[in-house]
Amino acid sequence: MNWLTTFFVLVAAFLAVFWEAAFHWVRHLVGVQIDLLPALMVYAALYGRLATVCFLAFLGGLLFDSLSANPLGISILPLFAVGFIIHLWRDLILRDQPFAQAVLGLAAGAAVPVLELLLLLTTGRPPRLGLGTIWQLVVMSVGSALATPVIFFVFDWIQRTLVHSPAVETSFRPDREIRRGR
Amino acid sequence: MLKRPHYIALGLIVFLTLLILNLPDKTAARLKLGLGSLFVPLFGLANSVQQAGSKSGDAVLPRSEIIRQKEALERQNQELQLQLMRSEGISRENERLRRLLGWQPQKPWKLKLSRVVLREDSNWWRTVQIDVGSRDGVRVDLPVLSTEGLVGRISSVSLTRSQVVLLGDPNCKVAARVDNQTRDTGVIGATGPLESNIVEMGYLSRTADLRPGQNVWTSGLGGVFPKDILIGKIVDSHSEDFGMSTVARVKLAANLSALEEVWVIMEP
Repeated sequence: MNWLTTFFVLVAAFLAVFWEAAFHWVRHLVGVQIDLLPALMVYAALYGRLATVCFLAFLGGLLFDSLSANPLGISILPLFAVGFIIHLWRDLILRDQPFAQAVLGLAAGAAVPVLELLLLLTTGRPPRLGLGTIWQLVVMSVGSALATPVIFFVFDWIQRTLVHSPAVETSFRPDREIRRGR
Repeated sequence: MLKRPHYIALGLIVFLTLLILNLPDKTAARLKLGLGSLFVPLFGLANSVQQAGSKSGDAVLPRSEIIRQKEALERQNQELQLQLMRSEGISRENERLRRLLGWQPQKPWKLKLSRVVLREDSNWWRTVQIDVGSRDGVRVDLPVLSTEGLVGRISSVSLTRSQVVLLGDPNCKVAARVDNQTRDTGVIGATGPLESNIVEMGYLSRTADLRPGQNVWTSGLGGVFPKDILIGKIVDSHSEDFGMSTVARVKLAANLSALEEVWVIMEP
């Protein structure tokens, strides 16, 4: 992943936050808004550098909180924690498999809001909680699980279309070619 | 397993987060509004998309339907004009009686119409953003209502937009009065995460005479919300704190999940 892709990840985070605040048909349908930042973080953590994870956690978290009643900065640490852990273990993860992507999206979609809730309770700003919170967490996790393979697909396409792929050295050497003679 | 860059990244993020979380409230609010203003160009885009959708819907509406709607609106307009005439008479009479009794005259509300541009992106709170700000004279704690009833209050203001904290959010408490013989008073507070149009009214007396269908109005106590704005209707009630107090569930008059335009009371 190069800096151009990092830039695209940050633009995607910006658009994702705007989509969550401006379009609420998912909320009308199931009563809960889906958060796309955990799914984006899974992609950034698996394919990006540590700097990409940091940028996404910091800027994504700040942008998310700026349109919300959350205290500013409360979403940074949960996003970073999830991205950091996935980044550490990324060599052991089958990142090209859509099922693995979905499972990671599910876990990230559950972990980020739970950590956010814990931070809100720790800072003494208890939000609306109740039995419905379980439904909210379930919908957010499933939404994130569904969104993660889609995000991988879109970024693969962007990568293929816009980003220059490095030249690969082949093992073929002309001076070692076996000359066939009659 | 952790290498030096990992420690640096971890330390940097934790430091920055703690720094931002510990900013003074005013600075944090300014930073929040500054970051939020990055989305301003996209507000227009979202509005255009929504307007294009409604315009394409208008284009396929048959002429007969438009005429039928026009006639219905004309009828409604005439009825409202008659009601207004009657209300003005009652209002004049009320003013005259107030003067005779030596009471303070009631000031008419100065209202500002605004459009809802964004809703809360997280699921923990219940807020919306409207397209009027300090440029239009809006300030924190002004009450916000729709034509159906009370909606909430302004919680933060930037130059061109404001955040409205809606009824049912933990940060929006309203002193309320039940429309019954004993005129019981209580406080409208937070509600469960999935109940968008039901709120809880607490701090009611244990002897409160509550029945489903009774109207709930703002009581004017607390100084934020003016008196006699409709909040909703009682759905049911139960006693709490070992029978020491009563809590009622109130169905809100305004449909908070379908808000498009709201009114800000500029001088309550």
